[in-house]
Amino acid sequence: MNARETIFGRIREALSHPAHKSGGHDQASPKPLGAATAADCMPFGGANAAEQLALFAQNAKELAADFYLVETPEELHAQLAELAQREGWKRVASHAGELTAAACKVLGLPVTLTDGGYDVADLEASDAGITECEALVAQTGSVLVTSRACGGRGLSVLPPHHVVLARRSQLVADLNAAFALLEARYAPSYPSMISFISGPSRTGDIERILVLGAHGPKKLTIFCL
Amino acid sequence: MSTTPTAALFKERATTITKDLRHRAVIRGALQKYGVVRDAKKARFRDWQGARTAASEVKWQAINHLDTHLAQFAEKLEARGGIVHWARDGAEARQIILDIVRSKNAHAIVKSKVMTGEEIHINDALEEAGFEVVESDLGEYICQLRHEAPYHFVFPAMHLTRGEISDLFTEKLGTAPTNSPEELTMIARKVLRDKYIRADIGISGANFAIAETGMISITENEGNARLTCALPKTHIALLGIEKVLPKLSDLALFLPMLGTVGCGQLLTGYNTMYGGPKQPGEADGPEEFHVVLLDNRRTDLLASTEQRDALQCIRCGGCLNVCPIYKNIGGHTYGATYQGPIGSVITPHLRGLQEWKHLVFCSSLCGACTEACPVKIDLHHHLLQSRRDAITEKPVWWEKLTFQAVGMVFNRAWLFSLGMKLGRIGQIFHPLIKNTPLDPARAWTRARELPKVAPQTFREWWNQRK
Amino acid sequence: MNVTLFIPCFIDACFPKAGASAVQILERLGHTVDYPQQLTCCGQPAFNSGYWEETRTVARPVLERLKDAEVVVILSGSCGAMIKNFYPELFQGLPEEAVAKAVAAKCYEFSDFLVTRLGVSDLGASFPHKVTFHDGCHGRRELGIKAQPRQLLASVRGLTLVEMEEAETCCGFGGTFSAKFPSVSAAMGEGKLASALETGAEYIVSNDSSCLMHQQGLIDRQGLPLKTIHLAEVLNNVQP
Repeated sequence: MNARETIFGRIREALSHPAHKSGGHDQASPKPLGAATAADCMPFGGANAAEQLALFAQNAKELAADFYLVETPEELHAQLAELAQREGWKRVASHAGELTAAACKVLGLPVTLTDGGYDVADLEASDAGITECEALVAQTGSVLVTSRACGGRGLSVLPPHHVVLARRSQLVADLNAAFALLEARYAPSYPSMISFISGPSRTGDIERILVLGAHGPKKLTIFCL
Repeated sequence: MSTTPTAALFKERATTITKDLRHRAVIRGALQKYGVVRDAKKARFRDWQGARTAASEVKWQAINHLDTHLAQFAEKLEARGGIVHWARDGAEARQIILDIVRSKNAHAIVKSKVMTGEEIHINDALEEAGFEVVESDLGEYICQLRHEAPYHFVFPAMHLTRGEISDLFTEKLGTAPTNSPEELTMIARKVLRDKYIRADIGISGANFAIAETGMISITENEGNARLTCALPKTHIALLGIEKVLPKLSDLALFLPMLGTVGCGQLLTGYNTMYGGPKQPGEADGPEEFHVVLLDNRRTDLLASTEQRDALQCIRCGGCLNVCPIYKNIGGHTYGATYQGPIGSVITPHLRGLQEWKHLVFCSSLCGACTEACPVKIDLHHHLLQSRRDAITEKPVWWEKLTFQAVGMVFNRAWLFSLGMKLGRIGQIFHPLIKNTPLDPARAWTRARELPKVAPQTFREWWNQRK
Repeated sequence: MNVTLFIPCFIDACFPKAGASAVQILERLGHTVDYPQQLTCCGQPAFNSGYWEETRTVARPVLERLKDAEVVVILSGSCGAMIKNFYPELFQGLPEEAVAKAVAAKCYEFSDFLVTRLGVSDLGASFPHKVTFHDGCHGRRELGIKAQPRQLLASVRGLTLVEMEEAETCCGFGGTFSAKFPSVSAAMGEGKLASALETGAEYIVSNDSSCLMHQQGLIDRQGLPLKTIHLAEVLNNVQP
């Protein structure tokens, strides 16, 4: 019998003895909670687009992510150029996308595009990684990226500054909505990596004091068109 | 109390460290900070207790259908090009991983946090086989430099001050001393960056295994797991079989609960699902994705009809953070991979009850752990049950006789009354032997004054009222 | 009402004033108090040590004597939890199970009895001191006692209640734990007392004397400026 068979055999043998769920002193609610009711217990994601936007902005701020609402592509490009200058970017990395292509063109800096493969040294040398996203999640202030639509796995995490170009229409209320979006968009053929990014990289490992930029990006900037 | 070497070592360590006031202050400070942010995030839930109930029900269903979910998980992952391995125990898991690493002719291995890896001592095995393994999680990296086990499975270096970490870096890395946590973090960032880029193999753990879609889910703050699973050509994930969740959307419930109770953050910095190696059309990613599923006596715990729910644990560390025992004895004293209340509950099952029963006895059963657990594991009741099991299996004879004798006294009020009167006399002489080797109450009087039998007991007062 | 009062062994021996206070309070409220003298202990030490058969030997007479009571009031959170929550578990699958459940249903911890069952919170007491309250773990987490003692203390004239940060943190007594792991127990107690000292309170009040016994033992050994007192004694401080 191979390992898999042994383990499954052990599991079936173990489960053949019904166990009573303990927690008798911890009074569970009398009716079991279905999926819909579980979602109602979670932090609120905003009742409408305006609320969701406000909530996202507030959460992003709390997470030390910089969030900018822009009205036009021109405004976006202007702010991005300003950011590049302020931060002293010499080269950036990005991927092919409607928003990113236009933005990189305007920036006029040397760009490493990750689609179709790239040299890690180039990504490592980039001052910023500019990506699009799958969604913005109001409930948590998170950016949802995948390896299919956002230039792969490394782009949003290796360069020290991650810049996200998003649209207002990409805002969703909460994680439930985000997973529903992914399912609708990709199931059963999901991207090999799905990631919820909540603020810049951080650690609390030293005396539980928060420090930004542990391994991933030290800065996260989100432009929302 | 029986004195296995393990128990004796535990008691010795506990006695020493509980007197270390500096350690007490460091841990208290860290946990106070955590408590504030945790409570703030809990308050954002519309119904925290409802969320606990929901999470508990999902996990209970998951482990009670473990075979179905594991089969689906493996099937889905393999369909996307993942390679699933099954390991009955630690030795088998180590062998599987060593074989993969050897077959790739690996030069350098980078690891993100893998508690299951600690459990099977994978670093030692790899290093003995001649491979360089670097821990990328800052806390784990610090522990690795110190040749120390993690102190807490979410905050491995919680017991150290910035000064100690600075000294460590100066000694091991030759860097200038600094008092700034930020500078210390940047030092580690710089050192480890090179490791990610050069590593051929990335080894990660996983917080959850999603059956519906064949994905693993990793929760982290630093981005080191993201990098471990992005750049190296081979990604190996090691996890216990109990980590299954039925559906991808279950993460909408579990990720915020894990973040809130684990770190006091609604979501940690990166919550990432991996469903296979690099897919066609993707820019990067490992060529091979191996998932090693480990039993290592988890099925023994599954077979327990009373304590099965202990397998629901999502390793959030929430019980550690509220446990007054943990706070005072610290993570290393446990001498086991998993510390705190959950460690005390599962270690006897995973490693043997008689050798590890001191863990279940070293608790005041305050219940703070059970209250904190996001999946409502009946932690402190399991400690009681394991005590009963340990004693039923192997009674301590002098204890048994004492309780029988004491029971006889309690069942005869006149004897109990006489006992109190004798106590009144005895306590006149007790100061002569108090806190000396002759003192039968020395366990108490070492640190405390004994209570006195009152000049008039309650029953004496009651009777003289008539 | 005919109230059957269960007096824990340590109250009988060491803290009789707490018991006497409870009797006087209940009688003042117009109830008859029945004290079954043959009952001395709830059996928790053996239970917590894993000797459940020996526990049953002590628990059976307790059940036998309490089964006909109108209502049972227990002057301790930990003994209260033992009888109310753990007796049914102790006798699960045994002939006494039904009786254990029936007795459990009519058991109350003292403060819970006053506030929840009798709806009383002002006992006309006065205690002009600054106090802090220690929530015994069994009372707090097994029996859900939190608001009740505080409601009672709120009506005590002249009393100032200052909550300590670690009010709900275990003080480290834990019954046999205090003797099995004395250094850990003492360290936990020190944490509790440090928190109490921070409030500037003169007294630590609790509904559980076993906890207070441990805390007082540390206070006396270390000569700390604190006193401990059972809730019932505070509430019984009434002008005659």
